[in-house]
Amino acid sequence: MTTDAAGLGKARASAFVLPALALIAVFLIFPALWTIYLGLTDYRLTGLAAAQPRLVGVDNYTGALADTRFHTSLWLTVLFVGGSAIAGQAVLGFTIAWILRSRRGPVRRLVEGVVLLSWILPSSVVAFLWIALLDRSGGTLNALLGTPGFAWLLDYPMLSIIVFNTWRGTAFSMMLYSAALENVPPSHLETARLAGASVPQQLRDVVFPLLRRHILTNLLLISLWTFNDFTPFLLTAGGPEGRSEILPVYVYNVALRGGSLGAGAAISFLILLINLIMALAYLRLLRGRRRSQEAAAGGPPA
Amino acid sequence: MTRHVLGRLAATAFIAVVIGFFTLPMLWLAAAPFDDTPTITVSIPQFTLGNFQAILDNPYAAGSIVNSLLQAGGAAVLVVVLAALAAYALSRVHVPGRDLLLYLLLLMSSVVTGTAAMVPIFELATRLGLIDTHLGVILVVSGGLLPAAIFILKDFMDETPTSYEESARVFGATPLQILRHIVIPLVRPGLSTIGVWAMASVWGGFLFQFILLRDPEKLPGSVILYTLYTEGGAPKLDLISTFSLLYSLPVVAMYLLVSQRYGFRFHGGIKR
Repeated sequence: MTTDAAGLGKARASAFVLPALALIAVFLIFPALWTIYLGLTDYRLTGLAAAQPRLVGVDNYTGALADTRFHTSLWLTVLFVGGSAIAGQAVLGFTIAWILRSRRGPVRRLVEGVVLLSWILPSSVVAFLWIALLDRSGGTLNALLGTPGFAWLLDYPMLSIIVFNTWRGTAFSMMLYSAALENVPPSHLETARLAGASVPQQLRDVVFPLLRRHILTNLLLISLWTFNDFTPFLLTAGGPEGRSEILPVYVYNVALRGGSLGAGAAISFLILLINLIMALAYLRLLRGRRRSQEAAAGGPPA
Repeated sequence: MTRHVLGRLAATAFIAVVIGFFTLPMLWLAAAPFDDTPTITVSIPQFTLGNFQAILDNPYAAGSIVNSLLQAGGAAVLVVVLAALAAYALSRVHVPGRDLLLYLLLLMSSVVTGTAAMVPIFELATRLGLIDTHLGVILVVSGGLLPAAIFILKDFMDETPTSYEESARVFGATPLQILRHIVIPLVRPGLSTIGVWAMASVWGGFLFQFILLRDPEKLPGSVILYTLYTEGGAPKLDLISTFSLLYSLPVVAMYLLVSQRYGFRFHGGIKR
């Protein structure tokens, strides 16, 4: 809409937009750019380098890239994203959506309700619920499995936070795939079934090709969110001995707990770059969808 | 036929397992607050409401709810007002490069996450004297919420007809009067949605509040709860369980309100 219906005029329109832009510039864009500079200094939270930080060039970057603790953290993050977002949330979310697609009524509402509830509860609440569930001496899980004294968070910290994050975030994938499955024409599936296709064949030949973009969108978004998720800190704080120190927790431990702000900023910048790649891929996907819809609208019926 | 029956059985078993998996961790939240002697294990409670007294006995628990209200409410008001003004101007006046600007802002808000920005945000807040202030939390979280809020509100504004505004202008209304008496009532559902969304995300937010606040008098519920179960000694389960429940209820209520009233689901990009 380009007509100036209310007679705002360019000057007043700018005055309307400026406060929001100023806030975004100071608290979102400037920090991102400043990270690059901070990452080139030996800035520390306390001590001499806190008062007079020196430029150390790319030392923080080369230091991080050579540090085995950083390598471990990067690998744990890959495990966390692959295990909890892709293998966990996306697969479980799709399976729930697929099983529930033809059901209505109380069972469907109950399943959707509990899955959604685990998504909307505040993170510090769900973190304690899982600490209680996995507790060594009195945890409900050990009571159910008959394994008293088993220390899940100490012996299997990565498995614990992966299962936790699957539980925490499946709702988004479930909702996205439920909405997408409603657009799969039932006749397509019916035809495949009559032709004797098994469920895996129906999924492979009919459903997945139709939902390809939804699946890609989903995988990119949940990977981006999981990659940046700080909630595992509330469960394990990265421990024991850094065995669940995914990148968000690593940055916190290095920069704000350890006081090496410069080194932390260098890692932050690497995280920003990885985020940027994922977000650009997502936006490309959205643009591609718009173009293909236009093409479909203009082209002959498929 | 057997394949069909087996398939139904497998589906039913799967649904039962899913319900079990998602319900199991939450049972404690339903039982422990009302248990006479709450333990870490889930058990049928010996019913009591006495545990809620623990919230009043703790010096920081009740105050942290007030802090959460101040920070979440403040951010929601700031985001709604600034985003509405910006979205209205961007919807009605053509600025060159407007779509690219919105696109870039949205991109930035999904790239500059709390994890990526915690170091510079902490530094910035320290230099601006915003550490240990409600205002610091409000400004920092609003910066991250605004791009998506502007984007969604602009969609709402684009869909409202401009003919009312044109006739009001004919009768001599000023742009601010038009905004207050015509545009805002028309887009009220959008404004409430954005307000509740901003409120819910700040209410449950942890990371920025955790790094920007030190003074226990200023901490919101999310951080106070974390200190309750990480401080040394035996965790006070009566306090943790009742406080968790009390602190969770507003989020659930806000979600139900928005989804029932506007048929709106917290969809992609909305929840971070």
